[in-house]
Amino acid sequence: MTNRLDGFAALGDPTRRAVFERLARRPRAVGELAAGLPISRPAVSQHLKVLESAGLVTHERQGVRRIYRIDPSGIEAMRSYLDRFWDQALAAFKRAAEQEPS
Amino acid sequence: MSKVSIKKQLTVEAPIERAFRVFTANMTTWWPKSHHIGKSPLAQCVVEPRVGGRWYEVDEDGSECDWGQVLAWEPPHRLVLAWQLDATFAFNRELVTEVEVRFSELAPQRTRVDFEHRDLEKIGNVIEGPQSMDTGWGMILEEFVRSAAG
Repeated sequence: MTNRLDGFAALGDPTRRAVFERLARRPRAVGELAAGLPISRPAVSQHLKVLESAGLVTHERQGVRRIYRIDPSGIEAMRSYLDRFWDQALAAFKRAAEQEPS
Repeated sequence: MSKVSIKKQLTVEAPIERAFRVFTANMTTWWPKSHHIGKSPLAQCVVEPRVGGRWYEVDEDGSECDWGQVLAWEPPHRLVLAWQLDATFAFNRELVTEVEVRFSELAPQRTRVDFEHRDLEKIGNVIEGPQSMDTGWGMILEEFVRSAAG
C-alpha cells in the first residue's frame, strides 16, 4: 500500500521524475531507460511500478520486452495540471471581482 | 471511457452582475498571464458576448489566437465556453471540452460561482494521436513535473 501514491507524490522523487520525463518524450523499454540513467535496471523497474500505480504510466508487452509509456487516457497528470491551473485562475478572478469598484 | 471533470465552487463578495462581467468582459484582469498560446506576451483575453462568439487572446504584437467559442451566454447567470485547447494550450478545432460557469445571487453583494471544466477525457483521446508524445505531452508534463517538484 505504501507505494500507492498520487501523481504529485509519485513525482516527488528526482529519479522518478527523470524516468517520467524520458517517457514523456517517447515510449521506451526498461533497458533503454536504465541505459540513460545512473541507476540499475531493477531500480528503474521499481520506479516504473510506483509511477504505474499512481496512474501516470502504463506498459504493453512486445515479445519479451515491456514498453512503458505515459498513460495516454487523459490521466491523473492532465487533470491535476488543469485542476491546479483553475485554482490559480479562479482565485485571481475572485480578487478582481472583489476589488473592482461597484 | 469515463467522464473526467474539474468542479470548483467559490463565493465572491460582489454583486452577481459584476461577477459575471469581471469573468467575461474583464477576463484580461485576472487570467494567468503565463497561460496562453501566442509567441508574444498576452495583452488581452476576449469573450465575445453572444452564442457562437469567439473566445480568443490578443497578444502584444497584435496577433490573435483562438481558444474556443461561446456555447451559452445567459448574463448574469450562466456561461458555457468551449475550451478547444489541448494539454499544451494549443488550439485544436477537433477538440471540444466545456467550461460552464454558473452565478447565483446569495445576497446583493455576494455571489456563488459554480465552475465546471468537463469532458477532459477527450483531451486524452486527442493526445493519443501520432505525434503528440513529442509535442503536446512533453510540454505540459515538464510544467507539471516542475510544479510537482516545487
